Amino acid sequence: MEHNHITLPEGSIEKTTTTLNIGPTHPATHGVFQNIMEVDGERIVSSDQTVGYIHRAFEKLAERRPLYQITPITDRLNYCSSPINNMGWHITCERFLNVETPKRVDYLRVIIMELARISDHLICNSIVGVDTGAYTGFLYVMQYRELIYEIYEEICGSRLTTNIGRIGGFERNFTNAAFTKLEKFLNEYPKVLKEFENLFTRNRIFMERTQGTGGISAERALNYGFTGPNLRAAGVDYDVRVHQPYSSYQDFNFTVPVGTTGDNYDRFLVRNAEMWESISIIRQAYEKVQAFKGTDAEVYHADVPEYYLPKKEDVYTKMEALIWHFKIIMGEIDLPKGQIYSPVEGGNGELGFYLISDGGRTPFRLHFRRPCFIYYQAYPELIKGGMLSDAVVTMSSLNLIAGELDA
Amino acid sequence: MSLNNEMIQEKLVAKFGDQASQFATSYGMLSFESPKEINLKVLQFLYDEPGLGFTFLTDICAVNYPDQKGAELVVVYHLHNLKENIRLRYSVSTPLENTDVYTATKLFESANWMERETYDFFGINFVGHPNLKRILNVDEMDYFPLRKEFPLEDQTRIDKDDEMFGRG
Repeated sequence: MEHNHITLPEGSIEKTTTTLNIGPTHPATHGVFQNIMEVDGERIVSSDQTVGYIHRAFEKLAERRPLYQITPITDRLNYCSSPINNMGWHITCERFLNVETPKRVDYLRVIIMELARISDHLICNSIVGVDTGAYTGFLYVMQYRELIYEIYEEICGSRLTTNIGRIGGFERNFTNAAFTKLEKFLNEYPKVLKEFENLFTRNRIFMERTQGTGGISAERALNYGFTGPNLRAAGVDYDVRVHQPYSSYQDFNFTVPVGTTGDNYDRFLVRNAEMWESISIIRQAYEKVQAFKGTDAEVYHADVPEYYLPKKEDVYTKMEALIWHFKIIMGEIDLPKGQIYSPVEGGNGELGFYLISDGGRTPFRLHFRRPCFIYYQAYPELIKGGMLSDAVVTMSSLNLIAGELDA
Repeated sequence: MSLNNEMIQEKLVAKFGDQASQFATSYGMLSFESPKEINLKVLQFLYDEPGLGFTFLTDICAVNYPDQKGAELVVVYHLHNLKENIRLRYSVSTPLENTDVYTATKLFESANWMERETYDFFGINFVGHPNLKRILNVDEMDYFPLRKEFPLEDQTRIDKDDEMFGRG
C-alpha cells in the first residue's frame, strides 16, 4: 500500500479560511435561507446567498386567475403582515378600475394595515432580541400578536393568511366583538410595548451587540434599493404612506421616524418608533370610524357590482344579484386595457404591484415588487468583516421573510 | 419649480430626439420607450441630468408579448425621483432571437438580482452583468417559464385519472 493517507483537494492546506454553510434550514435563520460564508476564525471574509427554496411561481399563477383569486396569493408574500398585502392588492385593483372607496372603508383598512404593521415589527424586533440572547421579550409580546390575530379572525375568519377584504371594501362589516378586541388592544398594548422597550433599548448587552453591526450608509442603501424601516434607519425619510398616500392616509397625523447609522440598533429603534406611530394612527382611525352614525356606520364597501360579490340572500332571491355572482365567480368580467404600478408601504418596505391587462379576464402580467428580495442583496456587504454571530442578528433585523423573497 | 411629466418628456426629447418615443401617461405615471442599444445612456441621463435625478431604481421586470414580432420581450424599468417624488416607467424591447440588453448594475447595485430574476424567467441576456445565473429556479432548468409559450394547465382538461387524485 503506497497511498495510506487521505487525498485533500488542491490548495486546501494553504487555505487559511474556512468555508461554512448555513442553511437552507437552520435554527438561526428564521426561514429558508442558505448562506455560504468564508470565515477566518469568527470573522466573515465573504459570503454568498442562495434564494428560491420556496419559490411558488406566483407571477405565473396570477396570469390565469381573475382579480379576486389573486388575493390569496398575496397573503403568502410577507405572511407576517398579510393584510397589508391584501389591501395593497385591492387598492391596486381599485386604482386600476377607477373605483372610489367610501371613507369609512379607508379608515377600517387603515386600522387593519396598522395592526398588521405592528404584528410585523413586533415579530422582527422580538426576534432580534432572541438572536442577541433575550428570549423573554419575544414570549411576552407574542400574546399581543395573538390578540391582533384574534381581531383578524373576528373580521375575516382566518389568522395568518388572511384573504381579508374584497375589491371595493370588506366582505362584511366589523362586528362589535372586533371593536371590543381592538379597544382591549389599544388599552393594553402600549404598556407592553413600553415594557418591551425597557427590556431592550438601554440594555447594555443588547446595545453592544447591535450598535455598529450591519450598518449601511444612506447612499448605499438607496443604491441597493432599500425601502421601508431599513431605509429609514439609514436616515432617508421615504415612506409610501406619506409620499403617495393611499387609503386616506393623508387624513392622519403621524411622524416618520428615521435613524442615522442604518445599523441593527437603529433598525430596532425605527421599528419600535413606528409601532408607537401605528398605535396613534389606529386610535385616530378608530375615532373617525366611530364618528360615523346611523346608515353611514353600515357602509363597508363601495358600489362595484362587477367586482364586489352581492349578498348571499340576494343571490338566492334576485335575478341581477345571481347574474353578478355567477359572472364574478366564473371570472367572466373583462378588465379594461392598461397598465399600472401601485405601491403600498408594506411591513418591510415598498410593496409594489405592476399590473398589465390586455383586456382579458385575467392579468396579462403581474409583477410583485418585493422589498426584501431587493434589499437582501446587500447582506454580504452588511456582514463583511463582522462576527458570525452578528451576521445572524443582521439577518433577523433586516426583516427577511422567505415567502416574500421567493414569491 | 417642481418636476412634472411634461418637463421630463421635453428634456428626453431634447436629448434623444426620435429615439425616445411612445410617450404616454397612464394613472399619472409617464412611460416611454427607446431602442435597447441606448438603454444605459437613457438611464445614465435620467440619473445624472440636473433637474431629473431618477436615482432610485424601484423595479426591473420583463413582459412577453408573443404577437409583437421582432419585439417579443420588453424590459420595464420603474424609476423614482425621491426628492421630487415622481415616478417614471421606461421600457426597451428586444426580439426573441437576440435578447442582449445592457446591464444597469453599474448604475444601480439593486439591479443585480432584479436582472437575475428577469433572466431567470424571460431569458433576457444582460450583457456585462457580473453574475448572470438563475436565482429563483433550479440551475438545471433549460427554459424560461414566464414566457407565454408555456401556458398553465388548462383547468377544464378531462384526461386526468380521478383516482390518482383521490376523487375516484
